[in-house]
Amino acid sequence: MAMLEVHDLYKRFEQTEVLKGVSLSVDKGDVVAVLGPSGGGKTTLLRCINFLEKADSGTLVFDGVTHDLSSITRAEIASIRLRTGFVFQNYNLFRNKTALQNVTEGLIIARKMEKKEAEARGMRLLEKVGMADRASHYPSQLSGGQQQRVAIARALSADPQIIYFDEPTSALDPELIGEVLSVMRSLAEEGMTMIVVTHEMEFAKNVSSRSIFMENGVIVEEGDSASFFSNPKYDRTREFLQMEENRTGI
Amino acid sequence: MPGLLVTIPLTVISFSFAMIIAILTAMVQVANVPVLRKLARFYIWVIRGTPLLVQLYVVFFGLPSVGIRVDAFPAAVIVFSINEGAYCAETMRAAIESVPAGQMEAGYCVGMNYVQIMTRIVLPQAFRTAFPPLFNSLIGMVKDTSLAANITVAEMFFAAQRIAGRTYQFMTLYLELAFIYLMFSTVLTRVQAWGEKRLNSYGGNKI
Ligand SMILES: Nc1ncnc2c1ncn2[C@@H]1O[C@H](COP(=O)(O)OP(=O)(O)OP(=O)(O)O)[C@@H](O)[C@H]1O
Ligand SMILES: [Mg+2]
Repeated sequence: MAMLEVHDLYKRFEQTEVLKGVSLSVDKGDVVAVLGPSGGGKTTLLRCINFLEKADSGTLVFDGVTHDLSSITRAEIASIRLRTGFVFQNYNLFRNKTALQNVTEGLIIARKMEKKEAEARGMRLLEKVGMADRASHYPSQLSGGQQQRVAIARALSADPQIIYFDEPTSALDPELIGEVLSVMRSLAEEGMTMIVVTHEMEFAKNVSSRSIFMENGVIVEEGDSASFFSNPKYDRTREFLQMEENRTGI
Repeated sequence: MPGLLVTIPLTVISFSFAMIIAILTAMVQVANVPVLRKLARFYIWVIRGTPLLVQLYVVFFGLPSVGIRVDAFPAAVIVFSINEGAYCAETMRAAIESVPAGQMEAGYCVGMNYVQIMTRIVLPQAFRTAFPPLFNSLIGMVKDTSLAANITVAEMFFAAQRIAGRTYQFMTLYLELAFIYLMFSTVLTRVQAWGEKRLNSYGGNKI
């Protein structure tokens, strides 16, 4: 059974229709790479399914429960958010909190976990992303790659059923990309369910189980990553992959 | 100088109320509370658009004519709180709005609700940004309290006028008074510098 399904998601900002009926389904343990040119609606898609943006219409089936996205209640949103994690392109760490506090804040405040327990859990997660030695640093004292790894630890704190990544390495200097990707790769290996919007073709090709090509608010093509990359069905996908290859100079 | 014992409480009490008013007024605007938001804009428009001295006169000399009699000191506290509250509300609103939307969104994504994110993430950051301009307002207010002499509050300026009236030593007295205000501001400036240093504990100025 799918862990997450989206059906006919529509979203417009004033004049522009940004999502024009997007449907997708993600199974437990899937790592779904979402690719596509700038402005295609990838970020908007992730934001709509985590309710940072209100969809105009569409349904979301999360963990077996169906929700109408245009009329979903606050309580439903809160309950789904407690089971998801979100990693932003520009990290968005709480600037007035240390690395450890960034991870424990949601546990202590939203989940009412004991501080001791939350801190123990927070330290374990920081260790996992290789940031335990920076636990008491503030975001402004960390590099971009370090901030993003803390952000991943924060997204993991709730023991989520799925994590959404919106271009997690796009804001990073090239030499810092690897450390973040390797954390994501190990999550994938542990069986974490993830949707990853990315321009990292290597990651999509080698780590994700499925890939989606999205353009102009619709999903053009999707398939298991192996055949998606070796043998795309549509010319448009092929063109895009070719262009990305040239861009990254592989 | 006996007026000190009036100036200090007048400033401290009024500024405390002003801060409460400022935070509430800023919050209803930022949170976009329907009717209250309009009310907040109206309040700020009126208060910032009229002289402080006129506001003092309205409350102390005007209100009795419609049957509301307020003693001089409470009248001054009311006016200074409301007046300063309007200015500080704008400072607070700007500071809250300067906190990137991503902070709020990240809070939602870890399951926190609006109030929790506001109080634990956004407001602490906003206070840091607002701290210097708020201190500016406080220092300004210390001096503005001298206007309360006009409605018979026996603060420092009032006391000085009295003594000068008796002794005719205008120059010495008013210079002495100016010096006391200056000392006040100096102390507050020191406190501000100390406070800013403490607030910088988020690991540098980069915020
Ligand atoms: N808040 C907004 N208000 C108005 N238009 C918006 C808003 N957010 C996004 N858009 C528009 O929606 C379209 C899709 O944007 P989106 O950010 O989802 O694209 P994307 O696929 O994530 O692109 P990129 O690869 O550059 O991140 C763009 O045309 C964008 O200008
Ligand atoms: Mg995007």
